[in-house]
Amino acid sequence: MTLIDHLPVLLVAGPIVASLLTLVAGWHDRRLCYPIALAAVLGEFAAALVIFRQVMGGGTVRYDVGGWAPPMGIELVIDTFGGFILATIMLLALMTTLYAFRSVTKEIPTEKTVSFYVIFQVLLAGLIGMTITGDVFNLYVFLEISSIAAYTLISATRKPHAYVASYNYLVLGSIAAGFILLGIGNLYVATGTLNMAELAAMLPGSYDLATVHAAFLFLIIGFSIKAAFFPLHLWLPDAYTESPSAVTVLIATVMAKVSVYALFRFLFSVFTLAYITEIYPVTGVVLLIATIAIVAGAILAIAQDDLKRLLAYSSVSQIGYIMFAVGVANQIALEGGLLHILGHAVMKGCLFMVAGLIIYQTGTARLSELGGIARKMPLSCAAFALAGASMIGIPPTIGFMSKYYLVLGAFEAGLWPYAAVLLVGSLLAAAYIWRFIEIAYFGGHHDEHHRTEIREGPASMLAPALGLSLLCLLLGIFVAVPLEAIGLAVAQLLGGA
Amino acid sequence: MPDVSGLLPAVTIAIPLLAAVLILITGRHENLRETATIVAALAMLGSVASMLPSILDGGRVTLVLLPMVPGGDLALRVDAFGMVFALTAAALWLLNSFYAIGYMRALQEHAQTRFFFCLAVAIAAAIGIAFSANLLTLFVFYEILTVITYPLVVHIETPEAMKAGRKYLAYLLVGGIFLLAATVLTYILTGTTDFVPGGFLAGSGAALTLQILFGLFLVGFVKAAWMPLHAWLPAAMIAPTPVSAFLHAVAVVTAGVFGIVRVAGWVFGMPLMASLGLGVVLAVIASLTIVTASLFALAEDNLKRRLAYSTVSQLSYILLGVSMLSVAGMTGAMAHIPFHAFMKITLFFVAGAVIVSAGRERISDMKGLGHKMPVTTLMFAAAAIGICGLPPLCGIISKIYLAIGAVEGGMPILLLVLIASAVLNAAYFFPIIYTMLVDRPADPHALDAVSEPPLTMLVPIVLTAVISMLLFFFPSVPFMDLVRIAIGEITTGVVP
Repeated sequence: MTLIDHLPVLLVAGPIVASLLTLVAGWHDRRLCYPIALAAVLGEFAAALVIFRQVMGGGTVRYDVGGWAPPMGIELVIDTFGGFILATIMLLALMTTLYAFRSVTKEIPTEKTVSFYVIFQVLLAGLIGMTITGDVFNLYVFLEISSIAAYTLISATRKPHAYVASYNYLVLGSIAAGFILLGIGNLYVATGTLNMAELAAMLPGSYDLATVHAAFLFLIIGFSIKAAFFPLHLWLPDAYTESPSAVTVLIATVMAKVSVYALFRFLFSVFTLAYITEIYPVTGVVLLIATIAIVAGAILAIAQDDLKRLLAYSSVSQIGYIMFAVGVANQIALEGGLLHILGHAVMKGCLFMVAGLIIYQTGTARLSELGGIARKMPLSCAAFALAGASMIGIPPTIGFMSKYYLVLGAFEAGLWPYAAVLLVGSLLAAAYIWRFIEIAYFGGHHDEHHRTEIREGPASMLAPALGLSLLCLLLGIFVAVPLEAIGLAVAQLLGGA
Repeated sequence: MPDVSGLLPAVTIAIPLLAAVLILITGRHENLRETATIVAALAMLGSVASMLPSILDGGRVTLVLLPMVPGGDLALRVDAFGMVFALTAAALWLLNSFYAIGYMRALQEHAQTRFFFCLAVAIAAAIGIAFSANLLTLFVFYEILTVITYPLVVHIETPEAMKAGRKYLAYLLVGGIFLLAATVLTYILTGTTDFVPGGFLAGSGAALTLQILFGLFLVGFVKAAWMPLHAWLPAAMIAPTPVSAFLHAVAVVTAGVFGIVRVAGWVFGMPLMASLGLGVVLAVIASLTIVTASLFALAEDNLKRRLAYSTVSQLSYILLGVSMLSVAGMTGAMAHIPFHAFMKITLFFVAGAVIVSAGRERISDMKGLGHKMPVTTLMFAAAAIGICGLPPLCGIISKIYLAIGAVEGGMPILLLVLIASAVLNAAYFFPIIYTMLVDRPADPHALDAVSEPPLTMLVPIVLTAVISMLLFFFPSVPFMDLVRIAIGEITTGVVP
């Protein structure tokens, strides 16, 4: 076996080794931490791309950890869906790492930067692990690793509000983990296996067991909390708002998407389309809650004065779009949902980066104090405007494409009223995005003299934000590129693979 | 002549986009920046005109840019009707650019780089709408046009302007949502959104579904400013005058009516519209809008707002023409797009000239202006006469077709609407001319400092007025010829 064959396990082992390396090197010299972190993430990104190519070229990659075949051993499985998510999250992780350098230097107490980069890698290890594991209990372990790392990172600024936010997340996250563990336990009781493929094969025989239904409900509730699916989103606004900027970007894009991935995994790969639509029909309820999430999240976002909190509630709304796809559960809508996982990660990453830039330069994210900021930070605000247009769904951005697929899917399924709500949701998105645009570009003639000293942020923070905003446009125009993988992934999900 | 594939449609759209980039880069050097605008306007007009001969031969230029989503590729197709819009927009953009440069410099407006950047992107979007080969492409450019014109509308950035901007955006984005819904529904019903001369919806769904679909389209094209969804247009009058001219003549409202005609002729088709009874609905909306908006115009003292209501009224002439579902009515509707644009832009140019030269926006303050600004006033009078439908300006041509269409379409009652509207037009335009030419200001020295506007503004005013007159004598060159080809396309073999 060559090194390439071991890539799956290296993907998980890499960040863990990197985190230990960071710890040792940081002991010696604090300044070594960042280069190691950057090199590690670059390597992981490259590995993710290689695996993704492998998956696209030759189908699902399977790897038995330690050579132990399932059901005894743990199996790592990367299919098209997993590969797609892996590539997406590693792209965002790379961008975040670039962005983090200056942001961390400013926001994190110096003596804590070493621990920051150590835990950063641990978080990545957990998230990558969740994405590529083929074993439900292993997924739970990685989920806990990533969660605990996230609780720590959220409180890294050591501000009182951050502690509260982190604690709230810890409590709700632990409840979620409890649900998930109960669900997994029930599945094991019902089938005697923890391997996803075997579960999928054996579960249909036990579909009438109450144990299985209970497992399903536990899992869906647990992952809904982790994914902040309305109304289980209560931890999210504080966690996103109080985290250091780089952490906000990471948890709002990478971590949020992995939670959604895990939910999709359980819904479609462990359970099946038939189970969630016929045997234990939940899609109708999911669709209803998703539309409520879209509207409620957006309305709450409109009411915010803090830019980061506004974007956080926007995430609550946008998760609704992704869950909308689950509710419709046909090929086109799910393609839209997966496209939105990618699109939302890219645009929300960009928006939070700009919010971080503004905080970095002005020390505030209160909209009422940001009048005319676009004149001082034109590039940052242009990035925001472009990513914001994508959030609203203005063509030809990626945000438009995913919404188009969702609407098309809903129309095809005959769900007219829901499609209408979806469209209304994009109007509400226009309302909250436009609040910032109006203030930044056309507001604040009067306090001009106060803020003459404000300029664009550091290039290392600005470049990733601009890159992601351009990506919003490019991914929209060349939407056929991601769709190639997405189409395949959705077909596999709907086929129960 | 068959369809030919060519890059020219894309080049035409790329020219102003390239100019937009150059405008941003050269922002600090005003003359360089303005050169980019003018060169692009000339190049774009040339590019559009170079496609004219093959279109006049009955050919079409097609180009698939990108595969996009189910429902349509990003694809362009230049046909005769698209050419009508594109040629109007390209010609008027050139004149409007000169005028805008003169206007913005005379008033020393702020943020001129943003202004010219947005105008350049907006014209690219307008040409994109004209050249769209399917509903989805049209929607893409339609939304871009909405968003990119917003900074133009709120240009002065006062709280009042921001409020108007919000209204503008709210109406047009909601419209966009309806248009998207209509596009998706069309795709679900037929599996395509490609424009087909004569329409492709027939037999694809129940009558009620198709009626609802038309309703979605109608609300979607809220840019046509039909009542009661017109409120955004007068509100947008807060914008600098070149923007008003751009909204009213070059791109925005024109895009709305263009879309409605496109949908009527190339998605539904006239026979289907007749069998669904949509003509009557449209006729009622259009008639009410024509009369009501004219009455509103009567009550306005602000010249730009009066012109705005005049536009609302005149745009519904086009809807009225469509509603007749007859060859003559459709001809009148299509012809009214360029003809109205040339006349209305003259009027807006004059309104802006009065602001620059005399700083006045209220009609009651314009007493005696005609003596200080004789050329400007004369051009205003000419264009106003044209809008009323009197010779020797092009307005009468489209109105004659509309009148014939009313009879031909079996709705002679619409003649009454046309007559009432002509009277109302005269009633709200002639007092302006009277005020400017005959009335004397209370203070005889109040107008001493007033003179004609700078040449960059005066020349476009004269040119648009002269073109409006030339179009009366030579309507075929090239607009009526194009309209005839377009009408031929959508009625081949089918005489409603």
